[in-house]
Amino acid sequence: MGHPARADAANRGAGLESARDTFPKLVLRNVERFPHKVAIREKDYGIWQSYTWRQYLEQSKLIALGLAALGFKRGDKTAIVGDNRPQLYWAMLATQALGGVPVPLYQDSIEKEMEFIVDHAEARFAVVEDQEQVDKLLQVKARCPRLEHIVYDDPRGLRHYKDAGLISLAAVQELGRRFDQEHPGYFEQEVAKGTADDVAIICYTSGTTGQPKGTMLSNRNLIVTGRNAVEYEGLRPTDEVVAYLPMAWIGDHMFSFAQSILTGFTTNCPESTTTVLQDLREIGPTYFFAPPGIYQRILTTAMIRIDDSAGPKRRLVRFFLDVARRVERSRLTGKPVSPGDRLLHALGRVLVYGPLRDNLGMSQVRLAYTAGEAIGPELFEFYRALGVNMKQLYGMTESSALICIQRDGEVRLDTVGTPLTGVEVRIGESGEVLYRSPGVFVGYYKNPDATRETIEDGWVHSGDAGIIDKDGHLRIIDRARDVGHLADGTLFAPKYLENKLKFSPYIREAVCVGQNRPFVAALLNIDVTAVGSWAERRGLAYTSYTDLSQKPEVYELVREEIARMNRSLLEEPQLRGAQIRRFLMLHKELDPDDQEITRTRKVRRGFIAQKYAALLEALYSDQDHVSVEAKVTYEDGRIATVRADLRIREAEVFAGGATA
Amino acid sequence: MSRMPDGKPLLEVEGISVRFGAVHALSQVSLDVRRGEVLAIIGPNGAGKTTLLNVISGFYHPHEGRILFEGRDRTRLRAPDVAALGFARTFQNVALFRGMTVLDNVMTGRLLRMRGSFLWEALYWGPARRQELEHRAFVERIIDFLEIQAIRKTVAGRLPYGLQKRVELARALAAEPTLLLLDEPMAGMNVEEKEDMCRFILNVNDEFGTTIALIEHDMSVVMDISDRVAVLDYGRKIAEGPPDVVRNDPAVIHAYLGVAHE
Repeated sequence: MGHPARADAANRGAGLESARDTFPKLVLRNVERFPHKVAIREKDYGIWQSYTWRQYLEQSKLIALGLAALGFKRGDKTAIVGDNRPQLYWAMLATQALGGVPVPLYQDSIEKEMEFIVDHAEARFAVVEDQEQVDKLLQVKARCPRLEHIVYDDPRGLRHYKDAGLISLAAVQELGRRFDQEHPGYFEQEVAKGTADDVAIICYTSGTTGQPKGTMLSNRNLIVTGRNAVEYEGLRPTDEVVAYLPMAWIGDHMFSFAQSILTGFTTNCPESTTTVLQDLREIGPTYFFAPPGIYQRILTTAMIRIDDSAGPKRRLVRFFLDVARRVERSRLTGKPVSPGDRLLHALGRVLVYGPLRDNLGMSQVRLAYTAGEAIGPELFEFYRALGVNMKQLYGMTESSALICIQRDGEVRLDTVGTPLTGVEVRIGESGEVLYRSPGVFVGYYKNPDATRETIEDGWVHSGDAGIIDKDGHLRIIDRARDVGHLADGTLFAPKYLENKLKFSPYIREAVCVGQNRPFVAALLNIDVTAVGSWAERRGLAYTSYTDLSQKPEVYELVREEIARMNRSLLEEPQLRGAQIRRFLMLHKELDPDDQEITRTRKVRRGFIAQKYAALLEALYSDQDHVSVEAKVTYEDGRIATVRADLRIREAEVFAGGATA
Repeated sequence: MSRMPDGKPLLEVEGISVRFGAVHALSQVSLDVRRGEVLAIIGPNGAGKTTLLNVISGFYHPHEGRILFEGRDRTRLRAPDVAALGFARTFQNVALFRGMTVLDNVMTGRLLRMRGSFLWEALYWGPARRQELEHRAFVERIIDFLEIQAIRKTVAGRLPYGLQKRVELARALAAEPTLLLLDEPMAGMNVEEKEDMCRFILNVNDEFGTTIALIEHDMSVVMDISDRVAVLDYGRKIAEGPPDVVRNDPAVIHAYLGVAHE
């Protein structure tokens, strides 16, 4: 049934019209189709500034011609570093227009990481946001002489920088204006030279192990995959997205750049990273994308405010949230909803769900994706219960972001849906998820060995363990290499437990260990905002993150959260043996700068097991505290040592219901 | 550092003395503030730093000596008139309107530049409306500059101390001062907040060319950001010059840092 459709789609993908087979060409088409429609917005000086598709093109064109004036050649790479800004998206398009390849970098990377990528990608140009990034790139430039030009958007603090090769974006555009007079038609000629199979972007994946790899995606990869998803979900030019996730991440590239250009919908750039939640409310996106961590934070902020509100109000909200969750759980599992609950749910929609959804900035959302990693069931239920159409999505950089999407009406808790049009998925002999699609990447840049290891006969190894259920839905269990067993053979899926833990507003990050051990133990990070506000309400004084996390009261608070999770495991026969028995609160937050988690907040288990070996040892002994001395790396690369004495506590464990 | 103060004095303090009863808060202090520079005034507790700032901003009048601004004598001006000359200051203890939002607090910095009749203002119409929009636009530039967008609508009294200090600076900047007086801008801040504040002070000086005179306790901060340092001790100026020179001045080491040990 599905097969002919897939073959069709693949064929359609193969035969992209040459007039629309690159992003610069598609922008030219948008200008013809709707020149005055808003393409991108940015909040600046407190006001949303809009740019139409015509302006989007004009700005990109000036940047492109300016880069050309600086000597940009086809095939050159441009490193792009900064928060989501229209200027940086234009710089990407400008690079593509000249036959070059944009290489977006995580803006909070430390110098060393940037140096690796700039050097590996052989970038000759960099377009960056502000002084902070300029400072880093000047250091990088000193060691990577191939990097010739650093272009910055925001001139603040840079007035007296006299470094060679440093130039403002405004100056580049001025160069472009002059270049245009001397070489009329140059831009259009260069754009016309582009083809579907040119590399459109190189995304360096942070990876939970080893050096980053540069994933090359072609115009064809992104256009076909993006368009298939647009058709699948019925996205329209009137849709609105908020671009707040790192530009270096394929998700942002697909939604805020590729699909925006494909359909013409509007991308909105927040004022600053600290105002995202406020800006979200002002924009009211119709199409929203976030990893579970962000949904968690939005929820935590709301929960803190609910906790701070007056008693009757708080009880009202809690009561109706419970109703909503009950109803949603029945829906997701296909059970009937009782008439009483149905009535309460209708009442709740007026009293609580609508206003709360509006408060979260989600009142207009038609489509909210969660991806990046498995979402905690409670979190998923919560948003759906509020009436947000949240769906799970499965994909990775190597597949142009998309592999599986849950169809409307087929949303379930434990699956990531069915393959997108044009995508084929099967499970390999080892239980690993394999896929084949028009979005499959061209290869890893300058790393044919890794490419060969990943793509076998056109099938890509995802690295995830999964199963396909009887309805054809894909279910991801864990990273293939992370799923393990306790010493007695009980199944142990660490990420599953961690996601459950992280649903608690008080727990920011969790690492569960148990492979070949007698029981499961956990290293935890508190959410300093939520626990801080909790402590404040109780008049509990604290001085620092470490101090707060080591308070006996905080341990008791977290212990209750763990008990709740342990109890919920009883409902799952294979996993009930993997309850958490002992835990400790870490003295510092896990941080990508210390390589403990990736920039997309995935736990790097191997590294943590090594770094915190002493802590793990203590967890599996009968000690009730352990002292730790650790190095922390600051954003500027400085390293300092932190000492702390950490408590270890036992968690409450529950016997397994009827079958225990 | 490549900032270029042009060296001409913007403000000349000549032989100022201030007494409170028998206490000689300042005796015979002379000091120049040069156009475009960052001048730090340091000294141990009770050295007379804040008194000097209060004299400059017209809160106190000196018993002897005179103050010249752009070459003109203005020793006897009162605080509001001094503000009209283009002086703006922040206070050692934050002095914000605690019940008002950050935005409104910063807008009050524009008051001196607002013209208009009660009628227009009351109707919010015609020139009053246009003026309000212009001032708001200016204030937004400052909010952006000091990176306080996220707290624009937050009530000032609820902010942590470090941010309140930043809002106070924003309000002072809103007045587009020619001379900015900062009384211990970094007191009570943690290291990160101090670093941020340093960056903002330097950027203000850089971007707007504002002349800045600041009082500070933290020696390392002073040495990093100022073009010149003046040292007060017991109401007298004991040294003045570039940070490196002042740092090694024996009188300063003795008075301020304690006696040097081998």
